[in-house]
Amino acid sequence: MTAPPTASQTVGPFFHLGMTYLERKIVVAESAPGEQLTIRGKVLDGDGNAVPDAIVEVWQADSAGRYFGEIPSKNSASPRLRGFGRIETDDRGEFNFTTVKPGRVPSPDGSLQAPHIVITLFSRGLLKPLRTRIYFPDEPSNADDAVLRLVPQARRSTLMATRSRERGEPNTLEWTIVMQGNRETVFFDY
Amino acid sequence: MKAASYERAPAGTQPDYDYPPYISTCKRHPKQPLILLPHTLSELTGPVFGHRDIGENDSDLTHQHSGEAQGERIIVSGRVLDEEGRAIPGALVEIWQTNAAGRYRHRVDQHDAPLDPNFTGCGRALTDREGRYRFVTIKPGAYPWQNHPNAWRPAHIHFSLFGAGLLSRLVTQMYFPGDPLLPFDPVLQSVPDENARHRLISHFDWDTTIPGHALGFHFDFVLRGRLATPVEVSS
Repeated sequence: MTAPPTASQTVGPFFHLGMTYLERKIVVAESAPGEQLTIRGKVLDGDGNAVPDAIVEVWQADSAGRYFGEIPSKNSASPRLRGFGRIETDDRGEFNFTTVKPGRVPSPDGSLQAPHIVITLFSRGLLKPLRTRIYFPDEPSNADDAVLRLVPQARRSTLMATRSRERGEPNTLEWTIVMQGNRETVFFDY
Repeated sequence: MKAASYERAPAGTQPDYDYPPYISTCKRHPKQPLILLPHTLSELTGPVFGHRDIGENDSDLTHQHSGEAQGERIIVSGRVLDEEGRAIPGALVEIWQTNAAGRYRHRVDQHDAPLDPNFTGCGRALTDREGRYRFVTIKPGAYPWQNHPNAWRPAHIHFSLFGAGLLSRLVTQMYFPGDPLLPFDPVLQSVPDENARHRLISHFDWDTTIPGHALGFHFDFVLRGRLATPVEVSS
């Protein structure tokens, strides 16, 4: 018996009711090895307005480039901090999470990918999620990344986080998702 | 870990991002072409959930408060399967919905319908070894929304599912058979293929109906992917 996958439908404006329970703003525990980071994100619509009713899911490898499912769980400090995050945007369309910089994970061709965080965005008005990635500034391996090479040069910067210029935030990166229009973020189709 | 193959969904079985009859898509759909991505470990893996992620009474929405929820008790159950019809055990299933009067317990919901102090409207469960899930809840109500003049959403339950990896992630809505609002709902009608729309409508089910207590509705999910024989994936 074969059947096509069930059709996607929007999360609508009331998803907090069912999804807040699993909200996770600490994606990888502070005690884990690696470079500690805070990501300050924002979601904007096609008019440049903040999107206050979006929910962002985060998936990433640990600092050694391993995904949680690849590591025997008995070795994990806490099963609740496993490289998965889920954060709702606030009234200003902003979302924050803390993590460590992920390591490099393999590509199908055997090369190593540049460090990246996988983002899945749900909101009212999205009949299916938008999928994108966060890459890191000043990362030499970006130049050889097989996925980035698929993206037209002029649009690659939409995937790059930038260092916060605020004082007292040395480990903070900023990144904006633009759903539509000028500087529209690069979205992927799997 | 298990290797799985993921083909693209047949044409018309998934909605497009841009669907003008659902007004909220207008400023929230990408206009640039999407970049087709090869499937790497980043997409093939995904979070794994366990029983510690589930609370007591999370699958019985009628008994989450001191009193019993008001409305028509229903049992919603079914299986979570892959594209070959194989069970997906341990899938996290999250749901949320209105109460019997068509009102969400949510600060944004302004619908002039009563809240039920004994009904929150959310739940979660893990599928068992045969991929089965089961919720006891209240039949949700229809409610008006601002999409167009005299717009009403048909009764529905929101479902969020995590399968084997990010490629299997699904958020959808389950509808009820015989609802007169279905042909007029832009959210359901955003799915171009008629059969795919039909598969979003649950079936009344005598087998799960509890005599004298609650009607049963059956709804199966198919998550993306065909699980292959377990093999080692080199990494």
